[in-house]
Amino acid sequence: MTLLDPALARRVLGRALMRGGDLAEVYAEDRHGFAVTLDDGRVERPQDGRERGAGVRVLAGDATYYGYVDGLAEDDLMRVADSVAQAVRGESRRPAELEAAAPPEVHPVATRPESVEAARKADMLRACDERARAAGGEVAQVRVSYGETRRRVEVYNSDGRAASDDRTRVRLGAQVVARRDGRVETGTDTRGGHAGWELVADDPEAVAETAAQRALTMLHAVDAPTGRLPVVVGNGFGGVLLHEAVGHGLEADAVQKRASVYAGKLGDQVAEPFVTAHDDGSRTNEWGSDGIDDEGTPTNRTTVIEAGRLTSYLYDLIRARRDGVESTGNGRRESFRHTPVPRMTNTFFAPGDATPEDLIAGVERGLYAVSFGGGQVEPATGDFVFGVSEGYLIEGGKVTAPVRGATLVGNGLEALRAIDGIAADLEIATGYCGKAGQTVPAGVGQPHVRLRELTVGGTAA
Amino acid sequence: MSGLDAAARRAVEAALAAGAGDAEAWAEEGTSRNVRVYDGEVESLSDAGGRGVGVRAFVGERSGYAYGTDLSEAGVAAIARAAVESAAVADPDEYGGLPEESGAAETNGLQSAELAAWSTERKVDLALAIEREARAREGVTQVENAVYSDAEGAVAIANSRGFEAGYEATQAWAYASAFAGEGADLMTGLGVGLGRDPAALDPEAIGGEAAERALALVGARQPESRRCPVVLDAFVAASFVGFIGSMLSADAVQRGRSLFADREGDEVADPHFALVDDHTDAGGPSSAPFDGEGSPARRTPLIEGGRLLTFLFDVRTARKAGRATTGNAGRGSYRSPPAVGTSNLIVAAGEEGFEALVARAGDGLLVTDVAGLHSGVNPVSGTFSVGASGRLIRDGELAEPVRELTIASDLVSMLKSVRAVGSEARWVPFGGSVKAAPILIGEMSVSGS
Repeated sequence: MTLLDPALARRVLGRALMRGGDLAEVYAEDRHGFAVTLDDGRVERPQDGRERGAGVRVLAGDATYYGYVDGLAEDDLMRVADSVAQAVRGESRRPAELEAAAPPEVHPVATRPESVEAARKADMLRACDERARAAGGEVAQVRVSYGETRRRVEVYNSDGRAASDDRTRVRLGAQVVARRDGRVETGTDTRGGHAGWELVADDPEAVAETAAQRALTMLHAVDAPTGRLPVVVGNGFGGVLLHEAVGHGLEADAVQKRASVYAGKLGDQVAEPFVTAHDDGSRTNEWGSDGIDDEGTPTNRTTVIEAGRLTSYLYDLIRARRDGVESTGNGRRESFRHTPVPRMTNTFFAPGDATPEDLIAGVERGLYAVSFGGGQVEPATGDFVFGVSEGYLIEGGKVTAPVRGATLVGNGLEALRAIDGIAADLEIATGYCGKAGQTVPAGVGQPHVRLRELTVGGTAA
Repeated sequence: MSGLDAAARRAVEAALAAGAGDAEAWAEEGTSRNVRVYDGEVESLSDAGGRGVGVRAFVGERSGYAYGTDLSEAGVAAIARAAVESAAVADPDEYGGLPEESGAAETNGLQSAELAAWSTERKVDLALAIEREARAREGVTQVENAVYSDAEGAVAIANSRGFEAGYEATQAWAYASAFAGEGADLMTGLGVGLGRDPAALDPEAIGGEAAERALALVGARQPESRRCPVVLDAFVAASFVGFIGSMLSADAVQRGRSLFADREGDEVADPHFALVDDHTDAGGPSSAPFDGEGSPARRTPLIEGGRLLTFLFDVRTARKAGRATTGNAGRGSYRSPPAVGTSNLIVAAGEEGFEALVARAGDGLLVTDVAGLHSGVNPVSGTFSVGASGRLIRDGELAEPVRELTIASDLVSMLKSVRAVGSEARWVPFGGSVKAAPILIGEMSVSGS
C-alpha cells in the first residue's frame, strides 16, 4: 500500500523544480501511535494519534527550501511545491523516472503491537506497578509508561531515488520514587526497540523492578566526592557519554561549520589503539535502527573511530555532497514537518576483552558511574556535563557505597584520550536525542569503559 | 464562523454520538516560516502550514484522548471514535471531567498585523543583519547560525457543556549563535529576541548579544573550588525559575514529585524574590484568553513576601485538593491532552542594575550558562549540582572567565539566600516562557579544581 503514487510524486517534483534547483525531494509519512501511562496506581492518559502529511524540499547550491502540509491531497502537495519553487532562481528541470519501492524487511516484527488489545497493555502496566512496589516498603511512587508507533514513510527524489520504510517501535519505561526519613530518590529504566510487542512480552515487570532497585539503592547514597578521579562508566545507558561528548561533534553539519572540535582531525589518533566506535543504524531491531534514513539512503554501519584513529564523520545527502563523499545514511528527521539533519542512529564503543571487574579492580579510589540522568554538550568545544543518576564509590579496587549528586564535567577529546580500558559487555539502551528542534530515537550504548581521570563535581564539602 | 470552530464542534458531536457522556475538542491551524542564514547566504528557508484536532472523551469516570490531522467530516469522526475507545483502557478517575465553568478572559496584544506586512525577503534581510552584527565584533571567529522564525495560528475549543471560544496569535523570534576563540578554547554565545512581529526584533541587540556572550568567555579556565556570592544572569535565572515553576504544579505535588509538597504558606524564599504566573500579560509568549481546558486565563501570584501562596491547578487537581482551578491546564498542542503547567512566569524586577549586583557580590561568580539542569536537580529534594560557565567577580568587578565548574545547592536554600533581583527584566525562551532578571545569591558552593 503506497502513500504517494510514483506518478504523483514525479509531478510534485517537476513542479518543485520549475524554477530550477539541483535536487527536489518529496517525503510522505503516515504515523499511528498509541500510548498509555500508569501513575499513582491508576491507568491514565490513554491516547491515540494519527498523522499524515508530506514535506517538499528543493536544494539549490548551498540553500535548502522546504515546505510541508498535513494530508496527502494532490492539490495541497502541488501548492507546497509551488511555494518552495518560488524561492529558486534558475532553469526548470525535469525529474527522473520513478518507480514504487517496497520497504526493506530488515527489522522483523513478530507481533504487531496494534493487534494486541489495549486492555492487555494496561494490565502490563499494572503488573509493573505491582512488581515495583513489591521491591520494598520504601517505594513511594511508581510511574510506568508504554508507547508504540508505526511510521510508514516514502521518499522520492528527482535523481530517481524511490525508497520506503515501515517502522514499528515499542518502548516501556518505569520511574520509581523511594522515600525514607525525608530522603527521596528516583530510579528509572527502559526497554525499547525497532520491533513489535514481542519486545515487552517477556517479563516486562523486570523494567519496573530495576527502576525500583535503583531508587532503593540510592536511598543509602552518601555525598559524591569532588575532584579529579578515575571513573568507570557502566554499559548500556553509560554510552550517553560517547553520544554527547563525541558523537554530536562527528555530525557533518557541525564539522563543516567548524562548530566541532573534531573538524580537521580525520586520521588523527584521538584515543588509545584499543578504542573503536561505530554508528550503526542497521543493527537488527535496535532502538535507533531503521531500514533507510529519512532521505532514502539504506542504513548501515559507519566506523567513526578505528583503533583510536578518527575515521569518519556522519553524513546526510547535503553535507556528503559538500565534502564529495557518499551519505552514511544519517539524514534523519523527526517527521514530515522537519528537514533532515545528520544525526546518530545507534552509537557505541566496540567491545574489548576486559571484564567490568578487571576495570574496577584497577582503581584505588574513584567513581563507578552506572547510569546518567541526562547530559549536555557544547559540540563546538566538546565540553560536557552529565548528572550521574546511579553511581558508587570505588575504594581499593572494589565498588562500595552508592553516591548521590555526582556530575561528570569534562571535554570529549580529553575524555576519549583518557580511556584506558574497555570491557566485553556491549549493551545498547533507548535514548531520545534532541537537536535542531527535532527529537528522534537514538540508541546509546557501550561496554563498561574506564577513564583514567575526569572532573567529578560532587556534593561533599 | 471559521472552519476551525466548526471542526471543533463537529468533533464534540461525533464523540457524543460514539458514546461519550462529555467531550471536548481543541483544534489548531497555523502557518510558520523559518529562515536560517550562514555566511551571508540563505542556508534554508521553510514555509509550512498545519492543522489538527485533539479530542477528550469522558465515558463515565474514564477519559481517553485521540488526535489527528484529518479535519474532514470522516476524519474528525474517526478521531472522536478513537478517543471514546481509548477511554475504555483508563481506570476510573473521580476527579476527572470537564470544568463546571468555562470562559475566556480579555487579552490584548496577542496578534500583530505587522507580521503579514513583512515579505520573505525582508525576513531574510533581518536574519542576515543579525549575522552581520555578530560577525562585526572583533574576535568573533564564526557565526554558526542566525535564525529568524515566525508563526501565526488560530485555536478553537468546544465542549459538550456548550462552551465555544477561540483566539488568534502571532509570534516572531530570532537567535544567533556566535563563536570566539579557536580549537579547545572556542567559546560560544547565544543572542535571542522575541516579540509578536519581526519589527520587535533588533538585529543589533541579538547579533551583539551572541558575540558578546562568546567573547566574554574567551580564555576561560577551571577555577578553584570555593563558596561565594553568585550572580545568575537573566538566561540562567530563567532556567532555574522555569524548573521551580514546574515544581509548583499541583500535579507534581499531589503525586509526591515536588520539593514544595506540604510547603504551601511556608517561607520558601527571601522576600526579594517574588514570582507570578500570568497568562494574560500582553508581552507573554504563552498568553491566551483561556487555558488548555477552557478555564479563563488569569494572573496568579505564587511567591510573595517570601511565602509560597499557592500551587498551580487545573480542574482535576483542584477537585482533588478541594480548591479552584488557577487556569493552568497547559496544552503543548492538539497532539497532547491538557496537563498542569506554567503559562508565563514573571520574576518581579528589583531596583538595582546588573552592575550594582556585581559590585555587591564583591568576590564571587557570575554564571552565564548552566548545563544539565534537568538531570542535575533532584525534583523531590531540590538538591542540585549543575555544570556552569561564566566569569569570576573580584572586588565588585567582572574578572577572568571560567568554565568546567559546577554549582551546587538546593533550590529552597538558594531562593532563601537571594539578596537582590536586578532591574533589567526581559522575556527569554528558556525554562518555558519566563520574564527574568539577573539574581544575586548570597552564597553557593562552586566546585572546580
